[in-house]
Amino acid sequence: MESYSRRWFLGAGATLVSAAGLTACGSGSGSGGSGGGAITAMVYGDDAVKIQVKSVDRFNASADAKRTKGKVKLQKIPGSEYPAKLRTAMGSPNAPDVFFNWGGGSIKAYRDANQLVDLTGTIESDPVLKNGFLPSVLTAGALGGKNYGIPMRGMQPVILFYNKTLFAEQKLQPPTSWDQLLDNNAKLKKAGITPFALGGSDIWPELMWLEYLVDRIGGPEVFDRIKNGDSSGWDDPAVLKAAETVRQLIDDGAFGKGYSSVAYTNGGAPAMFAKGKAAMHLMGSWEYSTQLGKFPDFAKKDLGWCAFPKYDGGAGDIRNVVGNPTNYWSVNARTSNKDAAIAFLRDCASEAYTKDLIANGDVPATANAAGLLDASPNPEFAKFQYQMVQQAPAFTLSWDQAVDPDVQTPMLTEINKLFVGKSSPSRFVAALKGLK
Amino acid sequence: MSPSVTTRTKGGAGAGVRAGAGVRAGRPNAAWALPAVLFFGFFAVVPMALAFYLSFTKWNGLGDPQPAGLANWRKLLDDPRLTQSLTVTVLLTVVSWVFQTVVSLLLGVWAAGRQRNRAILSAVFFVPFLLSSTAISLLFYALLDPNFGLVRGDTLGSTSGAFLAIVFVGGWQFIPFHTLIYQGGARQIPEVLYQAAAMDGAGRCRQFLSITLPQLRNTATTSGVLMIVGSLTYFETVLILTQGGPGTDTAILPYLMYEAGFKNYDFGYASAVASFLVVAATALSLLLVRLTGFGAMRSTREGM
Repeated sequence: MESYSRRWFLGAGATLVSAAGLTACGSGSGSGGSGGGAITAMVYGDDAVKIQVKSVDRFNASADAKRTKGKVKLQKIPGSEYPAKLRTAMGSPNAPDVFFNWGGGSIKAYRDANQLVDLTGTIESDPVLKNGFLPSVLTAGALGGKNYGIPMRGMQPVILFYNKTLFAEQKLQPPTSWDQLLDNNAKLKKAGITPFALGGSDIWPELMWLEYLVDRIGGPEVFDRIKNGDSSGWDDPAVLKAAETVRQLIDDGAFGKGYSSVAYTNGGAPAMFAKGKAAMHLMGSWEYSTQLGKFPDFAKKDLGWCAFPKYDGGAGDIRNVVGNPTNYWSVNARTSNKDAAIAFLRDCASEAYTKDLIANGDVPATANAAGLLDASPNPEFAKFQYQMVQQAPAFTLSWDQAVDPDVQTPMLTEINKLFVGKSSPSRFVAALKGLK
Repeated sequence: MSPSVTTRTKGGAGAGVRAGAGVRAGRPNAAWALPAVLFFGFFAVVPMALAFYLSFTKWNGLGDPQPAGLANWRKLLDDPRLTQSLTVTVLLTVVSWVFQTVVSLLLGVWAAGRQRNRAILSAVFFVPFLLSSTAISLLFYALLDPNFGLVRGDTLGSTSGAFLAIVFVGGWQFIPFHTLIYQGGARQIPEVLYQAAAMDGAGRCRQFLSITLPQLRNTATTSGVLMIVGSLTYFETVLILTQGGPGTDTAILPYLMYEAGFKNYDFGYASAVASFLVVAATALSLLLVRLTGFGAMRSTREGM
């Protein structure tokens, strides 16, 4: 998912400030009433939005649209800072009826403000929705056991990518254990190659390391506690151990020297990886399409992928996955036409929708995807991803999406401090515990 | 020109001011200020008042703001990040002021010469000021890339590197403007002063120190006030180059405000930071105007 990365990109400060001023004036009534009427769907406007455009066209021409007397109008929000723009829109009288989100913590504030339609019952009673999606993906986007979202984009697990050609030259195997990873690092450094590319200036690529390390060392339960609001969960020894491991990797030169000035979003880290300056890259599955776009030869010939290695003596299963399960559509509780909104969401479980996603190189979180993956631009990678998620005993939602938005930025700041050496592992744990 | 024509020209838009209409002939009606007042009211005063109101509430952007009393202001006083932010802001202001003043003074005096090459080069030097801050920041962000940029170090990853990068990029953008001010100032210096100094046997350095610098005193004040107040509003440069990093080491006040509002959705606290910034900036400019005599400035050429 490229959206994840671009989200952090530029902010149009001035626009936002003035927008805030405007919403401050109009936080009154929402679009009330029920019955027929056009509804709007707000979506992140990146390359993949063409799939939603098709879906809207399909829905508007369908019998469901006639029955519910609703037509969907798509609002594509271009580029950066989608969450901030969504927040502004949801606080205004012109809130969208249906909106794109990351599930979990990204919609918690809307639930708390009673702005979300609880879809749990709808999903239970509707076989199309109930059997349409991978259960782990539906659950990963839920809040307190209730579903507020329908999966609508590809899966985005975090994968360890490696340079196959470089590995063959250095006679290395993709690591399955931590010792093997350290052994590989030593050999790569001897050959003058940085073991891992890391876009540290974006911060969220650094987060991925901690997410996997905490999972592999302490199991998925550790973060699960934190996610459910128990901030003493940061005190778990696994968090400290993960932070210390990160420090060791840094001191060991595993990310090279300039990693905190390298960004993922501007193509720095992917280029470092593609040009053989770094041998591995821990990144979301969208790395494949990024590389295919920027360095097609590299993506086709040299790009390999594997699961994040096991941590020796750790509690986490090597099959556990972290990342973003997918994106979701949620329905605004103040929608003027709830029937149309839900009917529109059902299209995401359709075969046509799944096929569109696959053709775009995505791996859909729908149950029917498995049989259709041969149509993917890279069936091998698509199947790897699908199985990875399907077989995962636990799928941990990216921390920054899972935690309360109030603590998201402070958490990322603390992670950044740990990586740039402004904080020690123990201070890091203490600071996270203090976040509320 | 006949006297009546002259008067009409002075009467602003020629609003029916007849020759000899009285002492107020040169002043346009107050109604002419209305568009500007309305514009300023809607886009500056009203948002400012709203922000001030929000600073006493708790609001995450959804629903109605809840009154929170002085909670945000108390948090502001206790926030260690505010202290850090203030330090960085002050430091950035001082370092930018020194850097920009020295460079633009030298460039401006140089550009004041009437040689053709200087005229052409000063036009070229002016270009960065015409670019948007965002474009400039993106450009330098690419140039500072540790693997593929021109400066291949961990510039933005170290505290001093990131700080100096912001100073430099800000300078790169605003030095042309201040150069222009100094150029204008230097050209105003009467030639006779230099001629007299030359007769007394003063060299170039002596002339610069004893004539040019003292004569540019008011110019330096103007440009200094603009620089200092301007550097309180640096934002895009920080947002794009460092995002306040490494850690929180370059998070200046406007960035802190942005982060509180649009990343943490704590609009109450963000408004408190904003109100504080307004108060601080206003106080600072008033102080500067007082101390430097900017408001009571008179021509230095009276009687010449």
